[in-house]
Amino acid sequence: MKLQVNGQTHQVEAPDDMPLLWVLRDLLDIKGPKFGCGVGACGACTVLVDGIPTRTCITAAADVVGEITTIEGLPSGERLHKVQEAWMRHEVPQCGYCQSGQILAAVALLEEIPQPTDEDIDAVMTNLCRCGTYPRLRAAIHEAAGMEG
Amino acid sequence: MGKIAKYTRRGFLGLGIAAAGGLAVGYYYYKKPYPNPLPDTLAEGDFSFTPYVIIGSDNAITIITPRAEMGQGIHTTLAALVAEELDVDMDQISAEHGPAAAAYYNSAMLREGAPFAFFDEGFVAEIARGALGVAGKFLALQVTGGSSASIDAFDKMREAGATARAVLVEVAAQRWGVSAESLTTARAEVVNPNGERLTYGALAADAATLTLPKPPALKDPSEWRILGKSQPRVEMREKITGAPIYGIDVQLPNMLYATVAMSPRFGAKAKHADEAAAMAVAGVLNVVEIATNTGHGFGIIASNTWAAFEGARALAPEWEAASYPEDTAGLKVLWAEALDRESSFTLGGEGDPEAAMQGAEVIEARYSLPYLAHTTMEPMNATAQFVDGKLTLWLGSQAPGLAAMVTADLLGIETDDVEVITTSLGGGFGRRVEADVPLYAAAIAAQTGGKPVKVTWSREEDIQHDTYRPMAEARLKAILKNGLPEALDYRVAAPSINKSLFGRTFPNLSAAGPDRSILDGSFDQPFSWPHSRFAAHQVDTDIPVGFWRSVGNSINGFVHESFLDELAFAGGKDPLEMRLAMMQDERHAPAREALKAVAEMAGWGQALPEGVGQGIAHTLSFGTWVAEVVQVDMRGGTVKLEKIWAAADPGMILDPGNFEAQITSGIIYGLSAAIGQEISFADGRVVQENFYDYDALRMAGVPPIEVALLENSPRMGGAGEPGTPPIAAALGNAIFAASGKRQRSLPFGNEIDFDID
Repeated sequence: MKLQVNGQTHQVEAPDDMPLLWVLRDLLDIKGPKFGCGVGACGACTVLVDGIPTRTCITAAADVVGEITTIEGLPSGERLHKVQEAWMRHEVPQCGYCQSGQILAAVALLEEIPQPTDEDIDAVMTNLCRCGTYPRLRAAIHEAAGMEG
Repeated sequence: MGKIAKYTRRGFLGLGIAAAGGLAVGYYYYKKPYPNPLPDTLAEGDFSFTPYVIIGSDNAITIITPRAEMGQGIHTTLAALVAEELDVDMDQISAEHGPAAAAYYNSAMLREGAPFAFFDEGFVAEIARGALGVAGKFLALQVTGGSSASIDAFDKMREAGATARAVLVEVAAQRWGVSAESLTTARAEVVNPNGERLTYGALAADAATLTLPKPPALKDPSEWRILGKSQPRVEMREKITGAPIYGIDVQLPNMLYATVAMSPRFGAKAKHADEAAAMAVAGVLNVVEIATNTGHGFGIIASNTWAAFEGARALAPEWEAASYPEDTAGLKVLWAEALDRESSFTLGGEGDPEAAMQGAEVIEARYSLPYLAHTTMEPMNATAQFVDGKLTLWLGSQAPGLAAMVTADLLGIETDDVEVITTSLGGGFGRRVEADVPLYAAAIAAQTGGKPVKVTWSREEDIQHDTYRPMAEARLKAILKNGLPEALDYRVAAPSINKSLFGRTFPNLSAAGPDRSILDGSFDQPFSWPHSRFAAHQVDTDIPVGFWRSVGNSINGFVHESFLDELAFAGGKDPLEMRLAMMQDERHAPAREALKAVAEMAGWGQALPEGVGQGIAHTLSFGTWVAEVVQVDMRGGTVKLEKIWAAADPGMILDPGNFEAQITSGIIYGLSAAIGQEISFADGRVVQENFYDYDALRMAGVPPIEVALLENSPRMGGAGEPGTPPIAAALGNAIFAASGKRQRSLPFGNEIDFDID
């Protein structure tokens, strides 16, 4: 199968039902998407497929049509995405494990709703964080919403 | 390859770069503790003055931060302690975990393990704490736990920085022919009053040959430039760019992938497994048996992780019966029987509660708490390679020394032949102390012909093979006098974590003395009772129990603080005023201040609408005094969390931003458990499987949390755990205030609906 990841085309040999998560992590050595649950319940494995947040642990790689963006593909060269900048300023991560997925979910939210309310954030940001970084995560999203992109 | 590749620059983590010279001298050797593990492994041009500082001739400064970074910001705080005294800025240093070595033992953690209250300064209590510190040294426990890392490091890390600075200044003084006292330092340079400057890197080679006659003086806190102020996390950029810093991200040449299928009936062995079906899965390479002290089962080796998971499903093992009652109801019978028996031991207490209760009106209550799993975001994993009788482990571990010990024993090699490379941890919460993860990886690595193998557990394996927070049942009795608590009879049934831990980790040793974790958060709290008795009724099974964020404090914090609330209402007192009345001892002052501070923040005592209520609780744990208020709104028929306030006092706050984040984190962790988490048993195994039946709060369920930081306590306390213990009681007390329904059984979500989506 052929996958478009972060602007590059990859030709991969993998079973049709192999989840995108494991194709990315084990076959392509792209480690940004994290394994958390394997059932689409936590969001640690989130990537963007044509801008849509997608939980890759329950998405067969063979079914993916479109451009895949992982956290590695988010910055433009050395320049971080404004959501990453806001994350830095608010010192959001603790253990950090869920943050790749959180950041990509926030990027997609701000594309859809540039000035989200707290209710918008509650509705869309459903990824799990066991360190409980939610208060800072919320503040960072509001700040990113006010930044030039 | 991110941080894992970065290790090779320094070479001391054993990825194959030959180590050149470097000398270690100074105050560190003057004290003659364990050998400095760094010089053997330094790269050319790098010098080490203490086990904590490496200075390169290029002025690159590396601070060894030998505690696990699991999200609590400890690498930043440890580095800041050194940087403060070394006179370098935080943007000039890098922090690395360093090797597993005896020099990095943690004496503070064991110290608070002594069976005395934190505020008890009595002679016997001090002796016991001191003696346990020595024991920590002999056991060489390089452990991250008990919220102890900053306390343990406070002097050690500052002395390391001051020592390195002093020898660098001495060398500069000799070169310039001036007195050391005339020189100053800033930003990793020694400055001569005549304007000349020398970088630390230019002085490092000569400085490494000097010995200091006496330890250098440390700065007075009033001179601090870095400590006491919020610092940016040293690893922040890696964590927002998806850098491969976790154990699960390890990638090595010729690496195999594996998972485990261990017996979900603890202690039981396999009856049957369909190895042919597992081998038929595309990508599965081998199925091996695992037999260790922590469990029996299988390793499934494959060409990728997903194939290993599929192989484990196909293997479909059947297991022998469990040694304990097969369901939660059956287990609760054992707990009740333990409460009916004589107590195993008592701690603290005063007077004679039994006599005091004779003929009085006794208030009784029973409390019930389930087993809990940790569910770190990063599932359990370890990478292992066993070649020529030497094992290398890549492991996100809270106890790398322990991992080396147990894997060496399993493979019949010396502990020195195990090298543990500690990665970042995707959450710890006490789970990553345990030996099971490295043991299974080592057992599998012994059967791969020397190839490295990364062993990743599925989430289901993680939840069903945890070392759980103990299930507990409590029976309480009390009487009031003039509306105030007069006598307390406190009994709790729970398994001993120490006994369980020793049994699975050091089966040849037995845990000595009473396991105070059964009563932590009750007998050691800052309250004066005319009569009190705190009794542990130990009930042990083969179900493994372990250290769950704040350990016994989260159990007894709930029971003790909920029951005090009951007594306040029974006596017609305000719960805050009643607590303050019971805290008149001078040693209880930080508790009073924390309670008053949180009450003021929350507007405690104000008139609230019918159906809205506030609950208050305070727990002293790990040396930090934390008071919390929760406000709930139940007018919609469900519990809506409106706001949480906390006032926390660890005595001294090294990094306010990080301390606030840790208290908030501890609150949310405890809140998730209080609302919805429960590990139950059926058919001799854990019922819950994944986040769909063992969930935690998401964004929408977490209300605004306001934290005030206080510094009244005379001694330094921890950060990572103390936020957790009071929260379940504060929430339950708020529900009572709003609805009149007393909450005595966790999780509350079994009885009441919460508006958390």
